[in-house]
Order: sequence, then structure tokens, then C-alpha cells
Amino acid sequence: MSQQNTVLYDVPGPRQRRITLISSIVATVVLLVGAYFLIYRPLEEKGQFSMELWGPLVDPSNESFSQVWDRLGLGLKNTLTAAALAIVSSLVVGTLLAVLRIQLKSLARRRFTGLATPLSYLLRGLSTVLSAVTRVCVEVFRGLPVVITIFFVARGFPEFGVTFDTLWYLVIGLTIYNSVVIAEILRSGMEGLPGGQGEAAAAIGLSPLQSTRMILLPQAFRIMLPALISQLVVVLKDTSLGFIISYEETLSIGKQIIGVLDNPIQVYVVIAAIFIAVNYSLSKLAQYVQHRLSRGRKSAPRTGAADTELGTEAVAGTTT
Amino acid sequence: MNVLIDKFDVFAGGFWLTLQICVLAAIGALLLGAVVAVLRISPVPPLRAVGTAYVNIFRNMPLTVVLFFAAFGLPALGSNADFLRIPGLDAIFSRLGTDLPYFRFGLIALVLYTAAFVCEALRSGVNAVPAGQAEAARSLGLTFGQNLRHVVLPQSWKASVVPLGSVIIAMIKNSALVGFFGVVGDLAQTADQLTSAGGYAFIPVAIGISVGYLIMTVPLGALLDRLEKRQAVAR
Repeated sequence: MSQQNTVLYDVPGPRQRRITLISSIVATVVLLVGAYFLIYRPLEEKGQFSMELWGPLVDPSNESFSQVWDRLGLGLKNTLTAAALAIVSSLVVGTLLAVLRIQLKSLARRRFTGLATPLSYLLRGLSTVLSAVTRVCVEVFRGLPVVITIFFVARGFPEFGVTFDTLWYLVIGLTIYNSVVIAEILRSGMEGLPGGQGEAAAAIGLSPLQSTRMILLPQAFRIMLPALISQLVVVLKDTSLGFIISYEETLSIGKQIIGVLDNPIQVYVVIAAIFIAVNYSLSKLAQYVQHRLSRGRKSAPRTGAADTELGTEAVAGTTT
Repeated sequence: MNVLIDKFDVFAGGFWLTLQICVLAAIGALLLGAVVAVLRISPVPPLRAVGTAYVNIFRNMPLTVVLFFAAFGLPALGSNADFLRIPGLDAIFSRLGTDLPYFRFGLIALVLYTAAFVCEALRSGVNAVPAGQAEAARSLGLTFGQNLRHVVLPQSWKASVVPLGSVIIAMIKNSALVGFFGVVGDLAQTADQLTSAGGYAFIPVAIGISVGYLIMTVPLGALLDRLEKRQAVAR
């Protein structure tokens, strides 16, 4: 903590320490008083702390305790199933998409010498068109809200006579959006690599596909790992959108419980705590990985590390 | 396809409402996020703890849960979010003053959620300023305020514009969720309304809604890309 603040402050002297201590105490008192009067008192007056409302969630001797947690456990299981499926499929599709876009880009630059002129023009036109099409697809699906994508999938598929479980609508919707985002992360990782990497791969006679697969992609994965992990946190958070298409994940289960027990605030506090616990540990994992990576690449220039950090933040922001 | 022409006013109204939500929420989130960022870099440990806790809680909670909290928690706290009926402002954004509080609840949830990301964007900008800059400013004898105003903030601003922009884009996309929470008439709810109750064909409606969102997100994204490239050159 002191580390992060050295940018702005000197090491405090005795006087500064005294001021800090006094203002700490004042701030704590003000915060506690504020919390008491603005949050605790109104809630208490409405009886939100009564055991009647909290009991089923926290008191093991309550008769509905085991039932409630059974349901919540089921919801959590469903959430994690959807998240795991969506994560795996969007990683796979995203990687393929990134490779496809890189390939098409390099193809669009190729001259096709040695072929008849009309044919080479045709091929060049075709690859340019294909590259433009994938670009448009990526931009469109990146620009649409995930909710809308999931909603469209759930509404649109039955329209064409294709029906699945709601789980699959959710997974498909999440995959469409997140694979595009992951593809962009990986692509920018590959394009951010030093040009010498691709040139060296070409010089030892690797085909473009081989050089992507064996040289560029592994490095992009490594550089972009923190951004990828924060994207996975986003996927996990977004599975809560399943309630729109009435998939039985944690939130819809919570809604059912509220319907029976009529304690919305308490149930949502518990659900929020579950989500925060899971996501916080994932974010910590991302930080740890980033730390490990930056330690492992001591030789890399310092600015590079700062850039990835910023990139992670940006990506974490972009995609929620 | 004629639903796009027949119901053009519905689409336009939805777009307008979504735009209103986004503008208001963006202003609120930038303000609140700046406050939280100040808390997070302040020298007083309890304030820093509050800022950190805020960011950790809201960053790791799905927006859906925040929305539910706003819709159930605020009434329990004895507030109908009436403080958002700011005179003058509710003349422009008529939804602020209506009796159904969902617009205000949705707005509050979006602001609370986005502020955590805004805070992180601003803070990452401050952290991106090389330590030597602030040290040099201090050794010149600048006070804390002068240091921030003349040395740190101008530089950190440059580093946080792009992350801030992507936070705002994400917020525009998140605003779709509000439509599923009782805010009648925004783009997302329009989609639901037209396809299920209105009985219109799915594809044209989907196209109309998508265009509505893409108008907001894609140009902003392109602008950010440009900014990013220019900054990369400047560096």
C-alpha cells in the first residue's frame, strides 16, 4: 500500500504522522456514525435484521435452512456449469477467430504471384472481402450488449425451429460475445509482439499458419493471460444474466426463494457475497499470474509491463 | 421488414431513452468514480480502506445483483430515490420525475457499478505516471495540491482517457440490462415488447435494436482506437 502511494507522498515525518492519525480517527468516527444513521437505523426500523428474515439463510437450526442452501447450491452449480462451458467454448472459438483474422489479414496482403492475373486478382479480392466480413462481425458482436445477444439467441433460435435447453442459449449467447472479445485480446497480443518474431519464423521456413500456431499464439497467450483471466471473471459475472431467459442459475433461484420467504435484501446479500468471494479470488489469481509473469520477464523493458497492466484494466473495463 | 418503418418512432424513442440513461449514468459514474479514486489514493488509511472495499465489492458483483439491491434495498432504506428529481434536470430528462421509480433505481445501480471501474481507470492513470515525476515536483518544493494539479494529473489524464472510454462503452452496453428491470421503453425492452407482445417478426426487430446500440458503441470505439494509436505514436 505504501508502495502504491510513494508516487504522491514523501515518507511522512512525525507531524504528518500525527495529522494522519487524527484524521484517520475522525474519518472512522464520521463513517461509522454515517453508516449507523443512514443505513443501520432505517433497516432496523423496518425490521430487516430480524431472525425471521435472516434465519433461513444463516441459522442451521431453522427448518428451511437446509432446503434453502440445497437450492442455492443447485443454483451455484448451474452458474458454474454455464460459466465453465461458456469459458471453454469462448476460449476455443476466440482462439480460432484470432488465428483466422490474422491469417486473412496476411492473405489480403499476399500478391499470389505465379498465377494467372485474373485468378490472382480474384483471390486477392476474395481474401480482402473475407477479412472485411470477419472484421464487421467482430465489431458488431463486440458492440452489442451481452444481454441483447443472449436475448436474441433465446428468441431467435426457436424462430428457426432450433430449440435447446435454456442452458445452451445462455452458453451460446455468452460464447458469441466473449469469443469475439477474446479474439481481439489475442489478436492485439499477436500484433503487439516484436516484428522480428514473425520474420524469424518466416525465415526458417514456417508457413504463416505454422508461425501463428507455434510462435505467435503461445506468446500472445502468455502476454495476455491477465487480460484473459479478467475476461473469464466477466463471463462468470455475466452468467447471472441467465435469469432473463429463466435459466435456473443462482439469481433465479434466489428469486424463487424470495418468492417463498419474502426476504429480498437478505437473499441478495448472500448471493452477492458468494459472487464476490468467487470473483475476488479469480481476480487475485489474475494479479498473481501477472506478478509471476512480470517477475519471469526481468529482461523485458519496464514499459512493456506497465502497458500490459494498463491493457488489463482497459480490457476489464471494456467487457463487463 | 416493414416493422422497421411502421414502428420507427418506437425504435427512436427507445434509442432516445437509452441515450438519456447513458448520458446521466456516465455523468454520475464519472463524478462518483473520481470521488472513490480520491479516496483510494488519499493518505488517510480508513478512507483508503473504504475506497478499496467499494471497488472490490462492485467490481466483483454482477450488475444484475446491484440492480436488485437498488430496487429492493433503497425502499427498505426509506428512499424512493427522490433526490434524483433535480429541478431543471428533470425537465430535460422527463423520466427522472415520474412516479415509477425504476428509471432512477436503474440509474443509481448503473452509476454505483460503473463508478468502481471509473475509479480503477483513473487510478491506473495515476499509477502510470513515473514516480520520478512526482518526486521531482516535490523536490522543487511544490505542495501536494500543486503537485497533483501541475504534474501528476495532466499526465495521468492522458493515460486514463482510453480506459475511461472503454468503461463508458461497457456502461452503454450494460444499460441494456435496465430494460429488463422495469424501465419501460428503452431499446432492450422495446425488443422484448415488439417480439413477444407485438408479435412482429424477429429478424427486423433484432436488426433495428442492434443498429440502435451499434450507433452508440461503434463510433466511440473507433474514436478510442484513434486516440490510442496517436498516443502510442506520441510515446
